[in-house]
Amino acid sequence: MTITNHRIDAHSNRTFGYDDLSTFLSMMTGDEKHSEAATSTLDVIWTLYDRVLKVDPSTVDDPDRDRFFLSKGHGPMAYYAVLAAKGFVDPAILPDFASSESILGHHPDRRRIPGVEISSGSLGQGLALGIGASLGMDLSQFGGTVSVLMGDGELDEGSNHEAIALAGRMGMDRLTAIVIDNSSAYHGWPGGIESRFAVEGWETAVVDGRDHDAIFAGVTRPHPGAPLAVVARVERKN
Amino acid sequence: MVSMRERFNTVVVSLLEDDPKAVAVFAVIGRSALEATPGFGRVADRVFDVGIREQAMIGVVGGLALEGYKPIVMSYTPFLVERPFEQIKLSLTHQGVHAVLVSVGGSWDASSSGRTHQAPEDVALMSTLPGWTVHVPGHPDEAEEAIRNAHASGESHYVRLTGDSNASSLETTVGQISTLKRGSDGATTVLAIGPVADAVLEATDGTDTTVLYSTVPHPLDARGLRAAVIGSDIVVVEPYLAGTSVAEVAAALSDRPTRIRAIGVTDPEMMHYGSPDELRRAHGLDAAGIRLALERGVTQIAV
Repeated sequence: MTITNHRIDAHSNRTFGYDDLSTFLSMMTGDEKHSEAATSTLDVIWTLYDRVLKVDPSTVDDPDRDRFFLSKGHGPMAYYAVLAAKGFVDPAILPDFASSESILGHHPDRRRIPGVEISSGSLGQGLALGIGASLGMDLSQFGGTVSVLMGDGELDEGSNHEAIALAGRMGMDRLTAIVIDNSSAYHGWPGGIESRFAVEGWETAVVDGRDHDAIFAGVTRPHPGAPLAVVARVERKN
Repeated sequence: MVSMRERFNTVVVSLLEDDPKAVAVFAVIGRSALEATPGFGRVADRVFDVGIREQAMIGVVGGLALEGYKPIVMSYTPFLVERPFEQIKLSLTHQGVHAVLVSVGGSWDASSSGRTHQAPEDVALMSTLPGWTVHVPGHPDEAEEAIRNAHASGESHYVRLTGDSNASSLETTVGQISTLKRGSDGATTVLAIGPVADAVLEATDGTDTTVLYSTVPHPLDARGLRAAVIGSDIVVVEPYLAGTSVAEVAAALSDRPTRIRAIGVTDPEMMHYGSPDELRRAHGLDAAGIRLALERGVTQIAV
C-alpha cells in the first residue's frame, strides 16, 4: 500500500484516509469482514479519488472537473465509503444505507447523492454515457476527463461493445474505462478483456487492482488520440 | 407538399444554427439526408453519427444532455423506441435529463419492409415513461411546430413523423384539442389523432358526428376533451396500436357515463406488403375502413 493523502472532512473537521474505509464499509454492511462484492472496486475508486481525479466537494459543478461514472452500479458501498472519506457525503449517513429515508441505495442515484455523476444499476449503460459526456466536453472546450468504472461481468452486455467500438473509432482521448476483473463473467473472456478494447483502437493496460501504485500508473498512462482501458485484476468472485 | 421527414431536416439545421446547445445524433438512418440540407456545413460539428448502434446512440444522447446539450435524435420507429427502450428509460429519464426523439416510419410507412420496420406500439411505450410528451403531427407544418416547441421546452418529447399527412394543418395550438366538426348534442364524438383526420372527416361526411382533433395523445388535453365532448359515445381513431389512447380519454371523462371504442392497428403481425396506402387499408384505417367501423357502433365487441 502507498501512503495516501489525507483531507480535512468538512462535516467533522477530521481527516480520513484509506484506513478509514473499512470502518465506513462496516457502518453500511454491519460486518467486520467485507464481502468481495463490496470491496472489489475499493482500491481503484480510492486511488482515483485520492490521487487522480481533479474533483472535490467544492468542485462538483465545476465544468472543468474530472467526471467519474460508476457504470457497474452493483455493490456501491466502496463508492459510498470513498465519497464519505473525501467529504462528498457525511459519514453519519452511512449506517442508514438503503433505508427508506437514505439517499444511498443499492444502486447510486445522481439526483440524490452529491458528487455522483450518473445513476446506475442496470449494467452496460455507463460507457455510452461517458462517450456522450466526452463529446459534450469537447464541444464546450471544457477541461477534465471522464473515467467509467465497469466490471468484467458487465462486459457481457452487448451495449458495451457498441460503445467500445464507437469510442475507439472516435479516438476519444478524454475517456478512460476501468474494468474491475474479478472473473465473474459467466462465460469468461478468453484472450483477455484488454484485447476487446485494443482491437477497437484503445490504449490498454492491465494492473493489479489492489496495488495503488499500479492502478495509478495504469490510469495515468498517456493515450493521445485514443481512449484508455485499464483492466484491474482482483481476486476471483466466490 | 414537402414531407414531414424533409421538413425535419430544415428544422433541425435551423435549430442547430440558432441554438449553440442543440446537437443532433443519428445511428446512420437520416444522417445523409441532413447532410444534404442547405446550411448543414455551418452546424456539422454538432451532428454525430454513431453507426448502427441504437443503444449507444441513446447513451451518447444522455451523456450530451448531462453536459447541458439539447439533443435531437432521429431513427426509424422500432430502432428509436423499441430497441433502446431501456436506455431511454435509464440513460435519459432516470438521469433527469432530456432529449427530443423523432421517429419516422410510424405504423405502415415501411409497408414493403414488413414487421421489422413497423412499430405501432411506439406511442403506448413512450407514454409509459414519466415526463414524456408524445406528438403525432398530422401535417408537416404541425411537425415543424412540434419539433420547435419540443426543443424550446428543454423537456422530453417524442415526435412521430409519418408519410401520411392531412391536406392542411388542422391544429390551432400544439397539444390542445380542436373541434373540426360539430354534431348534435347526442352525436357520437370521434377523436382523430394526427394524420388520420382527413380520413375521419371523409368517413363521417354526411353523418351526425362531432370530430375532434389532437396531435398530442400523451398527455392528452383532458380539459379540452371535457369541454368538447357532449354525448356519451366516444371513438378514438389512432394510427397506432388500437386502445393506446383509450385510458387517457377514459380518465378525462371518468365522472361521466361514457362508452369508448378505439379504431387503430389491431394486428401488427398481419404480414401484408404493398404500398403504405394498401397497408393502411388492410389495417382498416382508410376512410372506408373507418366508416365501416363507425357504422358498427361503439358497443360492438371485438372478437
